[in-house]
Amino acid sequence: MDAVQLARLQFAFTIGFHILWPTFTIGTAWFITWLSALWWRTGNQVYRDLIRFWMRIFALGFGMGVITGIVLSYEIGTNWAGFSRSVSNVLGPLFLYETLTAFFLEAGFIGIMLFGEGRVSRGAHFFACLMVAIGALISSTWIIAANSWMQTPAGAVADAQGIYHVVDWSAVIFTSSFPYRLAHMVCASFLTCSFVVAGVSAFHMWRRQHLVASRTAFSMAMWMALILAPAQIFIGDLHGRNTLAQQPTKLAAMEGLWETTRGPGMTVIGWPDMKAERNLYAIEFPHLASLYLTHSWDGEVQGLKAVPPGDRPYVPVVFFAFRIMAGIGVILLVTAITGLVLRLRRRLFYAHWFHIVAMAVTPLGFIAVLAGWTVTEAGRQPWIIYGLLRTADAVAPVTAGAVTTTLLIFFLVYNFLLLAFFWFAGRVALKGPADNALPTRERPGIDRTNAGVPTHKASSLAIGDGAGHLGA
Amino acid sequence: MIWQFFTDHAPLLFGALAAFCVTVYVLADGLDLGVGILFLAAPRNADRDLMMASIEPVWDGNETWLVMGGTLLFAVFPAGYYVLLPAFYLPIMFMLFALIFRGVAFGFRLQATRFRFVWDAAFAGGSILATLCQGMILGGLVTGVPVDNGMFTGGTFSSFTLLGLLCGVGLLGGYGLIGAGWLIWKTDGPTQVFAREIAHAALILVAIMMLLVSAWSAWSVPEVAARWFSWPNLILLAPVPLVTLAVIASIWRGLWRGADARTFLLSLGLFMLGLLGLVVSLWPYVVPRSVTVWDGISDPQSLAFIMAGVVLILPVVLVYQAHAYWVFRGKTGLADGYGGGAISTKA
Repeated sequence: MDAVQLARLQFAFTIGFHILWPTFTIGTAWFITWLSALWWRTGNQVYRDLIRFWMRIFALGFGMGVITGIVLSYEIGTNWAGFSRSVSNVLGPLFLYETLTAFFLEAGFIGIMLFGEGRVSRGAHFFACLMVAIGALISSTWIIAANSWMQTPAGAVADAQGIYHVVDWSAVIFTSSFPYRLAHMVCASFLTCSFVVAGVSAFHMWRRQHLVASRTAFSMAMWMALILAPAQIFIGDLHGRNTLAQQPTKLAAMEGLWETTRGPGMTVIGWPDMKAERNLYAIEFPHLASLYLTHSWDGEVQGLKAVPPGDRPYVPVVFFAFRIMAGIGVILLVTAITGLVLRLRRRLFYAHWFHIVAMAVTPLGFIAVLAGWTVTEAGRQPWIIYGLLRTADAVAPVTAGAVTTTLLIFFLVYNFLLLAFFWFAGRVALKGPADNALPTRERPGIDRTNAGVPTHKASSLAIGDGAGHLGA
Repeated sequence: MIWQFFTDHAPLLFGALAAFCVTVYVLADGLDLGVGILFLAAPRNADRDLMMASIEPVWDGNETWLVMGGTLLFAVFPAGYYVLLPAFYLPIMFMLFALIFRGVAFGFRLQATRFRFVWDAAFAGGSILATLCQGMILGGLVTGVPVDNGMFTGGTFSSFTLLGLLCGVGLLGGYGLIGAGWLIWKTDGPTQVFAREIAHAALILVAIMMLLVSAWSAWSVPEVAARWFSWPNLILLAPVPLVTLAVIASIWRGLWRGADARTFLLSLGLFMLGLLGLVVSLWPYVVPRSVTVWDGISDPQSLAFIMAGVVLILPVVLVYQAHAYWVFRGKTGLADGYGGGAISTKA
């Protein structure tokens, strides 16, 4: 592989791994904030148990998000020097604003959110949760703005050296695809989280343990899913129509459409053959794509052949990633509606088969997010800035050997971390919300709490409280 | 009028801002990297638990300044970003790997029972490796990087220099000293005694390395020697090393005496003097000896947009970062970290 492909592979791997954690923490932060508000207003112990439980899992995910995110803020420079040189005037300020308005906000309040309890009031704890949750949203706003500018650039002009200069900041930030992308991503992370909460709660109901807390969380999660699953499909449809207008080649690759057609059919499945410029083994429903893309029976949709082969993305990746994403969307919608039916029949907490379904669909949201990002990023190729700057012209003067070495290390390290995360977060999740024992800070053989090492008065309070709860 | 003043002085304003961000990063993350460097030297598990609990609520905020530094460089002095980052490809990547292991150790260490030593080692090893990599970058900056036609032209290993290694060891001592000072302040009992003892070793190391690094960079980089030893710089700059000496002596004398915060504050001062020395050696270059702050600065309209954010938001950021430290003020207890956290029953 050449340096460009290696750099792309490395960036795809590190950003694909990173995106899992924001997806998880954006939604979870708001879930915890909501719980914290309920606990503050009602004083109901169930909310406190749920906060403690979900906060432990959240903390692990947040840590993973922070460290994998720092990597990206440097990787753009180390691997994509040509790109940074071209767009620093445009994207630099957006990333800087992300740091200023989002990362610092999260970092400033995450300590209070995670450890402040006992030191700050319930209202102040809620406020800290809210700040972290808002920070996560602001962060995604800036990142999506930057990405959208790369997809549908506006508000900046290039000079003779290929350096972009901003002429209109609001045009740079609010590009034509920005609102759809942002809504689609934020909705995706809320939806993913609903099913994570539902899946973990379903596990405990299935095991008939921690019933009060699990039923509360399960019910909340299924309401969320019921609102979000159809909303996401609606937003996805709007986003698709925007892509049709702004990035027709990407859309043609998503649909596997080669010829520019009036009233194109929907290819359910098939194999896009890039050499032959047609789909093999295709199953097609006539006019259906025209209906959902143009909302008319005979709308015209541009095909891949409208651009020369050198300007087309690698079609099979885009084509299949889109089908995975859309397929998961349908599965989640069906699950959410089934939940409603069971709820109306008062079977939501008792239908064990449904709890197994809820457990099974838990990881699907993450897969859909990865597939969705694959569609949007692979579909943009061979451009790093759509229609303006080719990916091949964006790389850094770094040797392929150096990139290969670090890629291998990233691969090993990230997979190891993922296993460690599953191990630790899984253990917390499987123990369940009523397990309020302090984690393993107290270990056998250490009687240090009253032997020499001084403890803050809050510590004895916390240990007493945790132990008391465990005993109860 | 104001616009004219802004565009005229933007390189200086943003140069100062960059220096400020680097300083805050080095001082803030220095204390938690320092705790990590000393981590395995602590005699008992109890010390390690307490050491970690003392930085758990604040390390994330500290490390955010590293992202701030990167994004600021990208936005304000892009040449520094797209030339220096490829130039320091390996040190930066290995610093990131180290920070990854170090970062997850915070969460995982408390969850682990039998294999806790793995996360102890990840935390300490990550802190040490990240520090050494930062030293490599620092040394490389003083030595300078090969640039042609606005792009880095050196090889993969051109940042591996003797000066970089010396800087790395010096930073180990320096961060170790800040970390020890922090522990003297935030803990008491046996952990504090350990911190006072190891602070001596760290102080000796950092003093020796400051001397070595200064001598070696003056000897091996003619531009640095010219900056310090030309007339009248020799007289004007003489206070920097002299005050440094005085601070070192003062830390040494105060290690077992005075207020608990004393060592920490003085070691921060020592670091600022070191950074001042660095600025003197490198000014006015963004990319040493090829791109100055005047050549390398972004478009005025980008800078104006950034300035608005910096003026409005950065003070708020500093206030709530200080607030986070304030909430966790006082001596650290064992329940303060990831393991603790009973929710207040107060409304």
